[in-house]
Amino acid sequence: QESCPAIKNILLLDSEGKRVAVNYYSDDWPTNAAKEAFEKAVFAKTQKTNARAEAEITMFDNYIVVYKFAQDLHFFVTGSDNENEIILASVLQGFFDAVGILLRVNVEKKEALENLDLILLCLDEIVDGGIVLETDGNVIAGKVASNSVDSGAPLSEQTISQALATAREHLARSLLK
Amino acid sequence: MVYLIIKELSPSADEVIIVTSSLMKDMNSRTDMYRANAIRVLCRITDGTLLTQIERYLKQAIVDKNPVVASAALVSGIHLLQTNPEIVKRWSNEVQEAVQSRAALVQFHALALLHQIRQNDRLAVSKLVTSLTKGSVRSPLAQCLLIRYTSQVIRESGISQTGDRPFYDYLESCLRHKAEMVIFEAARAITELTSVTTRELTPAITVLQLFLSSSKPVLRFAAVRTLNKVAMTHPMAVTNCNIDMESLISDQNRSIATLAITTLLKTGNESSIDRLMKQITNFMSDIADEFKIVVVEAIRSLCLKFPLKYRSLMNFLSNILREEGGFEYKKAIVDSIVILIRDIPDAKEGGLLHLCEFIEDCEFTYLSTQILHFLGNEGPKTSDPSKYIRYIYNRVILENATVRASAVSTLAKFGALVDSLKPRIFVLLKRCLFDSDDEVRDRATLYLNTLGGDGAVVETDEEVKEFLFGSLGVPLTNLETSLKNYEPSEEPFDIHSVPKEVKTQPLAEKKAPGKKPTGLAAPPVAPTSTVDAYERLLSSIPEFASYGKLFKSSAPVELTEAETEYAVNVVKHIFESHVVFQYNCTNTIPEQLLENVSVIVDASEAEEFSEVASKPLKSLPYDTPGQTFVAFERQEGVPAVGKFSNTLRFIVKEVDPSTGEAEDDGVEDEYQLEDLEVVSADYMLKVGVSNFRNAWESLGDDCEKVDEYGLGPMENLTEAVNAVINLLGMQPCEGTEGVPSNSRSHICLLSGVYIGNVKVLVKLSFGVGGPKEVAMKLAVRSEDISVSDAIHEIVASG
Repeated sequence: QESCPAIKNILLLDSEGKRVAVNYYSDDWPTNAAKEAFEKAVFAKTQKTNARAEAEITMFDNYIVVYKFAQDLHFFVTGSDNENEIILASVLQGFFDAVGILLRVNVEKKEALENLDLILLCLDEIVDGGIVLETDGNVIAGKVASNSVDSGAPLSEQTISQALATAREHLARSLLK
Repeated sequence: MVYLIIKELSPSADEVIIVTSSLMKDMNSRTDMYRANAIRVLCRITDGTLLTQIERYLKQAIVDKNPVVASAALVSGIHLLQTNPEIVKRWSNEVQEAVQSRAALVQFHALALLHQIRQNDRLAVSKLVTSLTKGSVRSPLAQCLLIRYTSQVIRESGISQTGDRPFYDYLESCLRHKAEMVIFEAARAITELTSVTTRELTPAITVLQLFLSSSKPVLRFAAVRTLNKVAMTHPMAVTNCNIDMESLISDQNRSIATLAITTLLKTGNESSIDRLMKQITNFMSDIADEFKIVVVEAIRSLCLKFPLKYRSLMNFLSNILREEGGFEYKKAIVDSIVILIRDIPDAKEGGLLHLCEFIEDCEFTYLSTQILHFLGNEGPKTSDPSKYIRYIYNRVILENATVRASAVSTLAKFGALVDSLKPRIFVLLKRCLFDSDDEVRDRATLYLNTLGGDGAVVETDEEVKEFLFGSLGVPLTNLETSLKNYEPSEEPFDIHSVPKEVKTQPLAEKKAPGKKPTGLAAPPVAPTSTVDAYERLLSSIPEFASYGKLFKSSAPVELTEAETEYAVNVVKHIFESHVVFQYNCTNTIPEQLLENVSVIVDASEAEEFSEVASKPLKSLPYDTPGQTFVAFERQEGVPAVGKFSNTLRFIVKEVDPSTGEAEDDGVEDEYQLEDLEVVSADYMLKVGVSNFRNAWESLGDDCEKVDEYGLGPMENLTEAVNAVINLLGMQPCEGTEGVPSNSRSHICLLSGVYIGNVKVLVKLSFGVGGPKEVAMKLAVRSEDISVSDAIHEIVASG
């Protein structure tokens, strides 16, 4: 049966393996305990590798996981073992780039936690229910920016407007391309 | 943000009328982002009724100019297809339009949705693929989807007359696309085509080879994984990539390295083996046990492919055996060494020594006992058995009780077969009499007595040898059941009463064809309850009790069509000089009671049979199956065949359905049944052997007969193979009854036991000659030349 490329989850963990922001799109991990066990396992398996320059890839438990590290943040994208690995890698890259744009200067845990709403919106704009929505980091960041114009209570207006400004720049640039 | 929260909470539609109405307003708002998100949220929380209300908006959204809105609607459509398919299917016009959209991702989503809608309509999918492969596809993701759908169409349409697949050219052109994901998807699709030829594979493999040297781990991993899969079926096609793969062995990413090694092990040739072994040795310490087992098995297949290289491969295996590792891992290594010893005669001495060194400090009792048992069987046959004695005796002194007992048995085996060693073995066994464990002492005493003599160098009795080395003769589960049924009485338990019938190992359990089963484990035995039941049933009938041992019972053959008034099937029981037909009858008419049911058999077309007995069934009420028997005599040992026509004769009495009482008077009636045939296959028991080659060698060729036959035109090899297997009624071994599709030749191995308890082994070589003409060479080996002749007779006349 041919099927649409399906993403099973996207994870953003810190340097100790604890959650920053995650989104699951499949029923393979029905309980929270199962999800946390998976996060722990994937973190342990990739801890010792170096995935800073290029995205790395590994396979375990019949899943393929592509991942990349930046400072103290670990990004993971998971798919089933017969998925096209390069599609997974492009989703990872889109997520990585978008977060980079949104957090502007510091792609690190403190910034991420302070702008958690942006990260969550970002996750939402990349994959919907397992189906890839967008893989271009610029476009994703732009969508997040336009979304958060009318969002809930921002943590600090200054952070938001900075992010929005950058995001609008990127969006404009990509539209002009 | 609010949208996110609503999605997470996912309330049901009737709880949140307020939210939905405001969402619906949002769907028409001017800001496109709101529309998109509102659509996605609404579709998440909607139910059927609400969906019809917003359907109009969704349809408009699909063809909206703004790509974000269109994508949102399409993706929601894909999700909704799971729950409300009829509604979504009505949108196919709009979706079709969206497929032509210029926005890249909209096309992707529309294509996915359209395919899902039309999934079950093969023609529609095929048309979709045709139009798009000629048109323009804008996003790499959509290209990947299209490649997948194209593969599906190819798979379903088979190979056209010209020998080229449809759409293959399209796949090949995708190999030159800009985006890596498309190139890879196309390469993977080509390698996964059914029965792909080397010519078709070459461009895909070239592309994958380029990926192997990419700087991105993801690409290397994807390429090596795909090449690994290809190497299983087409190792020759992958050999060009060997050089690149060797450099991957030292890759930082351990998964890539493992995949590279296992692929190289499958595609390696003789000269590269030494080099490969050196590289692998360093590598083994880095990987986990499960990977190690994979590597060990690959090494085993490699050694069997290149038997001359056994020395270096065996050394490698014994080295890793000495290192740390879990039970499964060590067991895999030991099994591999055992298989190599069995199949490569030169490797025996070295292999046995390696195993001896291993048991010196093996921590797993199971492995030690298995190795000792194996040593006992193989050691005495070597040129200098005495050198193993030291190792074995050390086990008696040093290990736990189970291993000690096993070592005692092994010593006895050496003593039995190697007469010159007997005196020394006696001394050793005498020392074992003082062991602290019961079992060890018992065994030592037993062997001291059975080995005979006083430790002089005497020829061991044949019976003793049979006792020590022979198999039990009966399957263990049968023995167990018989023992359980045995009631303590004056008569001792008779081992000959244990039925010998074994249901052969279900083929699903066997590993992929070509691989030999694990060395040390005895073939498992399946339960034989039906056979036991027949035995008991037949022996309980006094008329048939004198017929002797039941040789074979066939499967039930239906003699009536389905849905008839009386359902009858027959089981043919073959004895030494008799045949008993057991007719299982069922009366499906509630208003009738049948009495005195018997079957009249017309054996005019079966001259070699003469009817001797018939056992009617007294009463056959509604829906209770009953049996009636007819017995025929035939010449002893002669596998007579014949056709029998059957008529069911009975007295039918009307039954009052309300009271269940039958009338007193009945009417005689007859009911015609279908004919029944006794064929040569009925005289053949399907008994499999685990190691065909050994069995073939041990039968020897003095009773061998070889001949060639033309089987005439046949659709394909599978049909020919199945026809011969059914005709002979023998058990296919080692999975050789499966013919890979499109192959032009095949070798099938069969084994069985013929009436008279004669072991028979058959090797069939099939070849496709001219157009669809199948020729077959039949080689039969058995314990009796007349049986070999008989087998050829069967085939010649079949």
